[in-house]
Amino acid sequence: MEAYLVAIGIIALIYMLLSLGLTLQYGLTGLINFGHVGFYAIGAYTSALLAMKGVPLVFSFAAAAALAALAAWPIGLISLRLRDDYFAIVTLGFSEVVRIVVTSEQWLTSGVQGIPGIPQLYGGIGGFGGQAAVFATLFAVTLIGIWMIRRIARSPFGRIIEAIRDNEEAVQALGKDPARFKIQVLVVGAALAGIAGAFYAHYITYIVPDQFIPLVTFYVWMAIIMGGVGRVSGAVVGTAILMLFLEGSRFLRDVVPGISEVNMASVRIGVVGLLLIGFIMFRPQGLMGDYTKR
Amino acid sequence: MILEVRDVSKWFGGFQALDSVRLRVETGALFGLIGPNGAGKSTLFSVISGFVPADNGQILLDGRALDGLSPPARARAGMVRTFQVPREFSHLTVRENLMAAAPDQTGEGLIGLFFRPDLVRREEGAIAERVDATMQFLKLTPVADQPSGKLSGGQKKLLELGRALMVEPRLILLDEPFAGVNPVLIGEIMERIAELNSRGIGFLVIEHDLEALTRLVPHLAVMDRGKIIAEGGPDVVLDDPLVREAYLGGVS
Repeated sequence: MEAYLVAIGIIALIYMLLSLGLTLQYGLTGLINFGHVGFYAIGAYTSALLAMKGVPLVFSFAAAAALAALAAWPIGLISLRLRDDYFAIVTLGFSEVVRIVVTSEQWLTSGVQGIPGIPQLYGGIGGFGGQAAVFATLFAVTLIGIWMIRRIARSPFGRIIEAIRDNEEAVQALGKDPARFKIQVLVVGAALAGIAGAFYAHYITYIVPDQFIPLVTFYVWMAIIMGGVGRVSGAVVGTAILMLFLEGSRFLRDVVPGISEVNMASVRIGVVGLLLIGFIMFRPQGLMGDYTKR
Repeated sequence: MILEVRDVSKWFGGFQALDSVRLRVETGALFGLIGPNGAGKSTLFSVISGFVPADNGQILLDGRALDGLSPPARARAGMVRTFQVPREFSHLTVRENLMAAAPDQTGEGLIGLFFRPDLVRREEGAIAERVDATMQFLKLTPVADQPSGKLSGGQKKLLELGRALMVEPRLILLDEPFAGVNPVLIGEIMERIAELNSRGIGFLVIEHDLEALTRLVPHLAVMDRGKIIAEGGPDVVLDDPLVREAYLGGVS
């Protein structure tokens, strides 16, 4: 039981890192990033491939963050001049391009066969101890992430990105270039997603392109919408709700008769979908309240 | 001369919004621009401030051509515009709106934010003092900590003026500062503009309310269908037959 809870905890913390990035990008800045999973995938593959070549994990994690951030840079330069809705499509397209590249470039990523046997973060410590150490490390990293985003939100930088969310042209009229801020926000969010991806790869120890479908992005969106857009606490609480229902619905098969193992996966997605609809109908500002209710 | 508009033209498809517009605003002037709705006033503002590119002609600030400069670069060069429909940062408080407008903040860069916290704190203190003074001047202090989206139309206009002031410009372009403002507050806004002008800040003010504008500015130009049709003191301009035709419509 402890092992199961720690396992869920690790996945929840990984999603929390993703949610923090999206909170910065969408909640505070208003950037509709539909391609979050692309940066997550870049982080996972970067760290996994380097680790398989014997690179120490400290460096492979750093490389995961750096490469994900680096990928965000051109996306920002190209697409931040576009209107919001176009930006959403470009980022969605970007994440699909990433997935198709890792599927196709077999010499590098083994394509659909994926990369098995990725070294664990604390491979030396076997069993539950190793798991707990991963959880503790991830927990510390998430706390640093929370501290960073809160610090940003309450700073002069945070003031400008919230101003951009409210009215971009007025920011320009005051002599500030929104693109400069948006690129930084995109890069920081991508770096967080890259780190999340690295943790995921070294925890699961086996990655295939199918783990990086757009559904992951939309899980993160659900988390921040249910928690409360534009609030750090919303990202944290929303991820917890998401995990509770994603994992909790696993036990549905014990109580709901007549559903096969195969159908169960769809039922779980259905449950989370209903939950999201419920939130939008009855508590659109999310559990913690969104930025409009400060 | 702070601003010169040289033969600026702008088409939107087959419609000519601006037709060889020429305008010269002296440094520190209080210059009015009137015209009926659809005359091209707001388009001219957008072209001057760089939001809309001109098809022809040039904008010069202090004799320097602004060709190709972005709106933020033009604002930093000393010319700030406001908007006809106020564009407050609605989820930020009045105080935060004004603080956001202050130029050159170290804390607006992530590196400065995380590695120069002391400098950021000092700057914030200095900005907060300027914001307090600005709010006092514009009588916004009582609503300092309210979300700006909840202000009245007139207060939003004052906030836009305040934000522009925080940039410390030499020329402010005001787009219909009296639209949707109650008469008491109109008088208030006029006083503030006049006082700022006496301190040396130049204004180019768009209005379609003739009466209000002529009370404020000593010199104005009249636009109609994309052209400047008259320019001069209020008395001269109002007697101009072309102006009367534009306003009263088709009286020959």
